[in-house]
Amino acid sequence: MTVATSDTPLARFLHAYFSSRIAVIATLVLLLLTLAAICAPLIAPQNPYDLTKLDIMDSRLEPGKVSSDGKLVYLMGTDEQGRDMLSAILYGLRISIAVGFASTAAALAIGLALGMVAGYAGGRIESLIMRVADIQLSFPPILIALVLLALSGPGVGKIIIALIAVQWAYYARTARSAALVERGKEYMEAAAGLGLSPLRIVLRHLLPNCLPPLIVIAALQVASAISLEATLSFLGLGLPVTEPSLGLLISNGFQYLLSGTYWISFYPGLALLLTVAAINLVADQLRDVLNPRLQGI
Amino acid sequence: MRKPESGATYIITGFGARAPHISGNFMHKTARNLRIALFAAGLLAMSAAAAADLKIGLSADVSSLDPHYLNIAPNINLSSHLFDTLVLVDPNGKLVPGLATSWRTVDDTTWEFKLRRGVKFHDGSELTADDVLFSLERPATLTASPGPFTSYTRQIVDKKAVDPYTVQLKTATPYGPLPLDMSSIFIVSKKAAQNAATEDFNSGRALVGTGPFKFASFARGDRVVLTRNDQYWGGKSAWDKVTFRIITASAPRLAALLAGDVDMIETVPTADLAKLKADAKFTLEQKISWRTIFWHVDQQAHRSPFVTDKAGKPLDKNPLADVRVRQAMSKAIDRKAMAARTMEGLALPASNIVSPGIFGYNDALKVEAYDPDGAKKLLAEAGYPDGFGLTLHGPNNRYINDERIVQTVAQFFSRIGIQTKVQTLPLSVYFSKARAGEFSVALLGWGTLAGDFGLRTLVGTPNPDTGWGTWNWGRYSNPQVDALVKSALSSVDQVKREGYAKQAAALALKEEAVIPLHHQYASWAMRRGLSYPGRVDEFTFAHQVRPQ
Amino acid sequence: MITFLIRRLLQSILVLLVMSLLVFLGVYAIGNPVDILISPDANQAERARIIAAFGLDQPLWQQYLLFLRNAAAGNLGRSFAFATPALGLILERFPATMELAVSAMLLSVLLGIPLGLFAGLRPKGLAGKTIMTASILGFSLPTFWVGLMLIMVFAVKLGWLPSSGRGATVNVLGVPLSFLTRDGLEHLLLPAFNLALFNIALVIRLTRAGTQEALQQEYVRFARAKGLRNGRIIGVHVLKNILIPIVTVIALQFGSLIAFAIVTETVFAWPGMGKLIIDSIRVLDRPVIVAYLMLIVTLFIVINLVVDVLYSLLDPRVRLAEAK
Repeated sequence: MTVATSDTPLARFLHAYFSSRIAVIATLVLLLLTLAAICAPLIAPQNPYDLTKLDIMDSRLEPGKVSSDGKLVYLMGTDEQGRDMLSAILYGLRISIAVGFASTAAALAIGLALGMVAGYAGGRIESLIMRVADIQLSFPPILIALVLLALSGPGVGKIIIALIAVQWAYYARTARSAALVERGKEYMEAAAGLGLSPLRIVLRHLLPNCLPPLIVIAALQVASAISLEATLSFLGLGLPVTEPSLGLLISNGFQYLLSGTYWISFYPGLALLLTVAAINLVADQLRDVLNPRLQGI
Repeated sequence: MRKPESGATYIITGFGARAPHISGNFMHKTARNLRIALFAAGLLAMSAAAAADLKIGLSADVSSLDPHYLNIAPNINLSSHLFDTLVLVDPNGKLVPGLATSWRTVDDTTWEFKLRRGVKFHDGSELTADDVLFSLERPATLTASPGPFTSYTRQIVDKKAVDPYTVQLKTATPYGPLPLDMSSIFIVSKKAAQNAATEDFNSGRALVGTGPFKFASFARGDRVVLTRNDQYWGGKSAWDKVTFRIITASAPRLAALLAGDVDMIETVPTADLAKLKADAKFTLEQKISWRTIFWHVDQQAHRSPFVTDKAGKPLDKNPLADVRVRQAMSKAIDRKAMAARTMEGLALPASNIVSPGIFGYNDALKVEAYDPDGAKKLLAEAGYPDGFGLTLHGPNNRYINDERIVQTVAQFFSRIGIQTKVQTLPLSVYFSKARAGEFSVALLGWGTLAGDFGLRTLVGTPNPDTGWGTWNWGRYSNPQVDALVKSALSSVDQVKREGYAKQAAALALKEEAVIPLHHQYASWAMRRGLSYPGRVDEFTFAHQVRPQ
Repeated sequence: MITFLIRRLLQSILVLLVMSLLVFLGVYAIGNPVDILISPDANQAERARIIAAFGLDQPLWQQYLLFLRNAAAGNLGRSFAFATPALGLILERFPATMELAVSAMLLSVLLGIPLGLFAGLRPKGLAGKTIMTASILGFSLPTFWVGLMLIMVFAVKLGWLPSSGRGATVNVLGVPLSFLTRDGLEHLLLPAFNLALFNIALVIRLTRAGTQEALQQEYVRFARAKGLRNGRIIGVHVLKNILIPIVTVIALQFGSLIAFAIVTETVFAWPGMGKLIIDSIRVLDRPVIVAYLMLIVTLFIVINLVVDVLYSLLDPRVRLAEAK
């Protein structure tokens, strides 16, 4: 292991982080995808959400074919509504990344906070939080999505809320179990003995030790959130059909997998795979670098 | 893949092992010949048995085996194998004799049905008028059902058995469609069903009918197994054993056919039709279905919930109430393109509410031609030269490609200046809201064997007392149409009845009471060596599947 | 321990009550089951009669109280679509889903932990890297997509396994189980693997992470210094210490396996509870939805209880609820 050339924690962190080639590649891919997603309106050849631009006569064209008015080359083919797949993927990436990240981040924050409090405080507070988590875990995400759908119609916000509602309990449970373990350790007693306030103890001492397993789970859960959204779309409970996410594109293309028009499902699937893989590799490296117990590697 | 040869092997070794050891030359030869004969017989039996088994993949779950419990297509489909009705429906939607060989009107309000003699139930007892009367009585007793068959027995105010093979049914007022209603009530054995609860039907105890098959087993949600009724009055079917596998998701259902796990499937996903047609191992059967897909359009004069101006503000006057706007919308839809691309050939552009060949179909009505310029002109005439904003609603798991249809029509409307948004909902949410009048333009599919029935329910002026217009979401109301439909329903002379029905259809559709899109095609795919005539009512009857 | 259990029991009853109330409200918000199941030819009078017959015209709180009264007597209502007692329906399908979930769980543990251990012990090696990359595939593709791929490859193209459905069952104590027959195992393999895929990936990654951490700990160095064999160090000491987060996650995931069985059961036409619940939600068959959720909640409560008790056994540092 080379000696750090600079003393600031940030420089040390960056050096450690970029020491792995895979992490570098993954970070680049992730940045590229995120950039593409943000700039989708600027770089996409077609706005797939604008119904006046679509032509049903152009549906299910192979990659490389040209549109009927001759102005557009469909680099990745078209789907069954005549949408350019490349544009649909770029816009879909936007929605999927937003949905995945937002719901996971929010669920992580809520779950982590509640779980740590439950584990640390114990007693009635713990029981209350854990029982609510039980209720939450038992509810099929489908039912939650359906209720939200019925009450206020489809929309990106509703899906995010449904996903948060489904996921926070996992984090809460895991955080609580980690907190239970930490609670008994000496350094916690020492901190209490020093007279530190509970908030400080929780934030500065409990949190860094509860975080590692949660980061692994969170990274996976981003993928799971995007997959869950795809599944809800597959069951007809997801986003509005005219503004498809990657998940909706994949589930739309599901029917075509056996029939030869593979591109309707294949390319969005590939995009999803890349995104999720990149996220996880980045998260892996982050966890390895941030984990106080792995400093020796 | 399970191959029948493995079974044959058992028989060979089994018989061979059991052939007795007989001493002596002559005895040896006899023993050897015996073994060969048994071997051959075994093979023959094996091959005959293997050929007479049919496995069908169904697309919807059978919820109950009680033929009178719930009026949903999968239940009716299955009950048709175990039971018969007085009047049967042929593959083209025409009424043909079933358990009744003939029917006629004695007077305007009395119908007489003559029963077929010598029909045996599965338990050997003979069908008599008592069983018919009991079966007509039974639907009303099933009060726990959310969808009972009482709609079809409602019109009968009195019934009696003139003799063991003749039944007379009285209606309150002249009622033309009674034979059609009779095609929906299955005849059960009074003896077996008299004290039976629904559980007895599901377990098979009370499943005594006159149908071409007998009950063998029912694994709810998984499969139903039936065996042949050799005493069937309509002749022995080709199949010893029929297994219905329930595979609701379409891609896995197709995969089961491709893998050989089932011999035949219904409702082939449209995406795979081309591939199956080209594959020599399979045969495809398509038939125009009774189900017509159309738009209900809110026609009340005041503000409509999902109609806005281009900026999104709700409009005070409802543009959809103007017949020119509705005509413009109809002209804007390229039905041919939609049938070819969205439905992948599995649709026939529609001009009527009922399908071609169905009672009441008016062939004088033509399919609206695609005319976007004409549509824009009409919109301008009606006072909306720049169009307006609209949201289309539809279900997303009910009709073939329903979601895609809504999106495609949205595309078409956008091109004539109607800024269109799309909202598709699962059925559980959709029907409740649509019924409550929460939508402006909503997709619906309807299948009926009688034009006057369809008109009464879909475009008849809603009236809770008479039961008219129960599915008239658009609240279309034309007293002339109502009068014509009423005349049709009360004509026991079927020719006169059809005349009235056609007139009513012409009047309603000229005013775009609903905007018809297309008739669906029902599709079946089976392994080569089987044939199926296809049915307008989309049912899959094992007794009509024939080996070639 | 006893007070702990009693307190848990009381809380659980409270949870069940809240659950049932939420479902009632939820289903009410979605729509009216009569509108979906009703005969298309029924008129308004019939519709009104049916609504009254089902008690759906009464105020919601009255319907709920009636439900509570019946539930206390063990009757969770009759399914609207099936006409049979809801609880019976669910219990009928319960063995099938359990089979699937338990098989998936076993696969995750039997495949995930050894692979994860291996990857954690040799992170730089080719095998270790391959395992990690493969695990990424395991959770980034949606279940229904992978399921269909599996069917395409193994059932249609290769013909090794059946494409859908449950195999032949054998009655054990009145419960039909299919994994005891060869035909049953053939039908079980693909769906179980499909369901387990996400979990296998999860377990591999957690085990690897935990192994890497544990190898740095003091007690491992101490054990090495003491001269213990590597096998014993890893198999006994390391494994025991990394098991807590893994046990938590596996237990949690068991519940989600049952929840996600819905998709696998749909794709593979497996006649379990998941398929039942999705069909019931589709037609708003409220008694079945309520009965299903009651069962699931009870299951979760039991699982969580078991997990909590296991903690105190596995890790002497953990004290349950009592101590502060």
